Amino acid sequence: MSIEVQHISKHFGTFAALKDVSLNVATGELVALLGPSGSGKTTLLRIISGLEASDQGSGQILLHDEDVTSQHVGTRRVGFVFQHYALFRHMTVFKNIAFGLQVRPRKLRPARHQIRKKVHELLELVQLDWLADRYPAQLSGGQRQRIALARALAIEPKVLLLDEPFGALDAKTRQELRRWLRRLHSELHVTSVLVTHDQEEALEVADRVVITNAGRIEQIGTPEEVFHHPANEFVMNFVGHVNVFHGRVEGDRAFLGPLEVEYSGQRHATTKSARGLIRPYDIDIETQANGKPGFKATVRHINAAGPQVKIDLTTDSGEPVHVELPHERFQALGLVVGKMVFVSPREINVFVDDERR
Amino acid sequence: MKICFKQRSILPGFGLALGFTLVYLSLIALIPLLGLFLRTAELTWGQFWATVTDMRVLAAYRLSLGASLIAATINLLFGATVAWVLVRYRFPGRRLVDALIDLPFALPTAVAGISLTAIYAETGWIGRYLEPLHIKVAFAPLGVVVALTFIGLPFVVRTLQPVLEDLDPEVEEAAASLGARRGQTVRRVILPELWPVLMTGFALAFARALGEYGSIVFISGNMPMRTEIVPLLIVMKLEQFDYTGATAIAVVMLSMSFVLLLAINLLQWWSGQRHCVMQP
Amino acid sequence: MQIRGSWNHRCAIARKTAATTESFAVRFLLIGIAMVFIGLFLLAPLAAVLAQAFGDGVGVYWSSLRDSDTLAAIRLTLLTAAIAVPANLVFGIAASWAIAKFEFLGKSLLTTLIDLPFAVSPVISGMIYVLFFGLHGYLGPWLSAHNIEIIFAVPGIVLATVFVTFPFVARELIPLMQAQGTEEEEAALSLGAGGWQTFLRVTLPNIKWGVLYGVILCNARAMGEFGAVSVISGHIRGLTNTMPLHVEILYNEYNFVGAFAVASLLTLVALITLVLKSFAEWKFKQELRVS
Repeated sequence: MSIEVQHISKHFGTFAALKDVSLNVATGELVALLGPSGSGKTTLLRIISGLEASDQGSGQILLHDEDVTSQHVGTRRVGFVFQHYALFRHMTVFKNIAFGLQVRPRKLRPARHQIRKKVHELLELVQLDWLADRYPAQLSGGQRQRIALARALAIEPKVLLLDEPFGALDAKTRQELRRWLRRLHSELHVTSVLVTHDQEEALEVADRVVITNAGRIEQIGTPEEVFHHPANEFVMNFVGHVNVFHGRVEGDRAFLGPLEVEYSGQRHATTKSARGLIRPYDIDIETQANGKPGFKATVRHINAAGPQVKIDLTTDSGEPVHVELPHERFQALGLVVGKMVFVSPREINVFVDDERR
Repeated sequence: MKICFKQRSILPGFGLALGFTLVYLSLIALIPLLGLFLRTAELTWGQFWATVTDMRVLAAYRLSLGASLIAATINLLFGATVAWVLVRYRFPGRRLVDALIDLPFALPTAVAGISLTAIYAETGWIGRYLEPLHIKVAFAPLGVVVALTFIGLPFVVRTLQPVLEDLDPEVEEAAASLGARRGQTVRRVILPELWPVLMTGFALAFARALGEYGSIVFISGNMPMRTEIVPLLIVMKLEQFDYTGATAIAVVMLSMSFVLLLAINLLQWWSGQRHCVMQP
Repeated sequence: MQIRGSWNHRCAIARKTAATTESFAVRFLLIGIAMVFIGLFLLAPLAAVLAQAFGDGVGVYWSSLRDSDTLAAIRLTLLTAAIAVPANLVFGIAASWAIAKFEFLGKSLLTTLIDLPFAVSPVISGMIYVLFFGLHGYLGPWLSAHNIEIIFAVPGIVLATVFVTFPFVARELIPLMQAQGTEEEEAALSLGAGGWQTFLRVTLPNIKWGVLYGVILCNARAMGEFGAVSVISGHIRGLTNTMPLHVEILYNEYNFVGAFAVASLLTLVALITLVLKSFAEWKFKQELRVS
């Protein structure tokens, strides 16, 4: 079941939550909506589900080519998983999962033994069969979320919509559930849309990532595209760590903080303010200047606990720089706190000010 | 600019629920109240003033206001003590006493009236000890105060309890670690926290006492100029079909009640600023 | 319902070190004062009711209860409560559904209006109906022309009782439903449930203790209301007397045993109310603690 979002806008009073947003999700795909708080991703998810309505006459939602824009949420057959689970606190786990099947009109309602069979199948799928008679209050956060997912799957939804499903859980449980969700998705192939503000989650789990910002879509692409080929400054800044140097562009040269580099982008008649964004692993450290563009910096903090060594330095003017080096390189340099070194970036993305407003 | 009456929501039943609510409210409350306002509008200033400044009426206002104030103050002092004792200490029967606090809410005012009269009459359990001391409670203004104290008892206790329970023990420990004696801690650290809530409880008890009727008419003896309360005068005027007079007196009472209600809302807002209190 | 007994409370009690509690002497004194106050103002009236009611022996007690006017008063009180409580229950549920689950203009005005009876003296509550439906009231002539009796008759009593007690259920449910939010209802709707299904299967079980609490308070007030009903009723023995009014009549006739006998029934209702109220609060706190 594919999803097509066409030109959706949404205002809450005078606040524009979504500004003319369009998006396609292919059948069986798992797409992540990633963005900062308030960027509109949850609003978009709720509009797709039918829990919110877009502005009057502003656009369409199509589920598998059917226009569902004016359809009630109950008839769209979407499985919605809430951030805080929204399990029915007065029903057992079994009754929670069976709910969607039990409220169907008589003609469409399966027989009791069929419902029981289906519920147990789902409980086995989420590996929580032994909890059928418990109440939500007796479960851990991770268990509750899996039950919420099972409940949404019980109605055999056309699409699965997850609103920050792991947001309320601790880091370890989040990681486990992330991998579990990915496995589940490859088994079931239900078209899924996941909203998250955790980029690690989005990049790890999704087939494609949609970056949202202030009601607009900044970029849509695979995790690799979004990380290594960011479409603009916002995406590069938001996804992954980045060092930012403020400065200006004059003709064919860019002066960014302590750096002076050749600028090969579009020429401007006048000087424009600009920023240089550099990934921490795209930086070389040398013990002295080597002729390449760079600057002097002092080592302030070293964190060697991890797959790479993370080094915090400050420039002469006090600006912080964050670099990640492989362990062998770090050993070879013999860096210690307080040492003065020469920093030279291998790759800089320069963003000039008037290009995006 | 479109004026949005209601935020769109997928939950059903708004129209039905709101419609029913408004119709019910109008039929039961708003339309009859309209009658009161219309009647008030018909009053000429002369009639109003004459009724309200009659000696008997003024005496009743004095009694209602005075006795309510005294009763609310008593409830403030002793109610605070009761609340403190219930929240902070453990003693046999504590839970029973805690449940009993709500008795004035649950007991009909008429029952309260006759039993308090029985106790404080000259031959009553307590009255007989007060008689030789020439303290008259039943059929005297003091009786009104006693009855109003009973009526208002739960207000201070129940508004204070949740706040006391939510007090952070660490603040008191900090004061103690800085050298404050217990009394100083209570006076300088705890009490200031409680002022808004205490005032709210006081105002609630006061407001309740002002309008009280059932328990007073038994214990006061209803002697004109001495132990008549305002609600009694309203009843008398109505029985004489003097609707105008009754309305005049009621308007003054209602104004006092609304001013109090405003004060209570302000106090609750003030204490809400300082403290996240859950709704009663 | 006061949702007391938070986690902090148990912390406050558990951490009773010497730093945060008074000396034994002070504690003893304070508890003593509190108990004397409670005894004087709460226990004494309770005891007095029983002592006076059974003052002339059990036999007299029973025969005063079986008096026909008394039985009529009991019937009227029960009838009034049987109408007022369910009506206000429906109102309370409807009002709290609209107020707690939706955002609309005028919401806070509506919430304030619901508190109206608490701001108005009971006598004035009764008075507004007399002014409207009474013989010289606005609707008075029309009513007598059609032979409809409201004031000085049962309908008036029911009406005044409904007015005085309509906030109780609503005031309990509004904060409760607000705290519970709308997510469970949204989940139910997303799973295909209809409006009524959602309400009956999801909302109602979640608010049941609040409903019980509100109904108990509403009933206690409905059965015990004096001031408002006194103004409206006309005090016609055997016809328009509720139990509280009947107590007044008997008392004014110096039939103290009779008055206290009826009062003892009302006191019994009050005590049952307190027990049920504590039970509902306890159940509710249990749920809060678990979730």
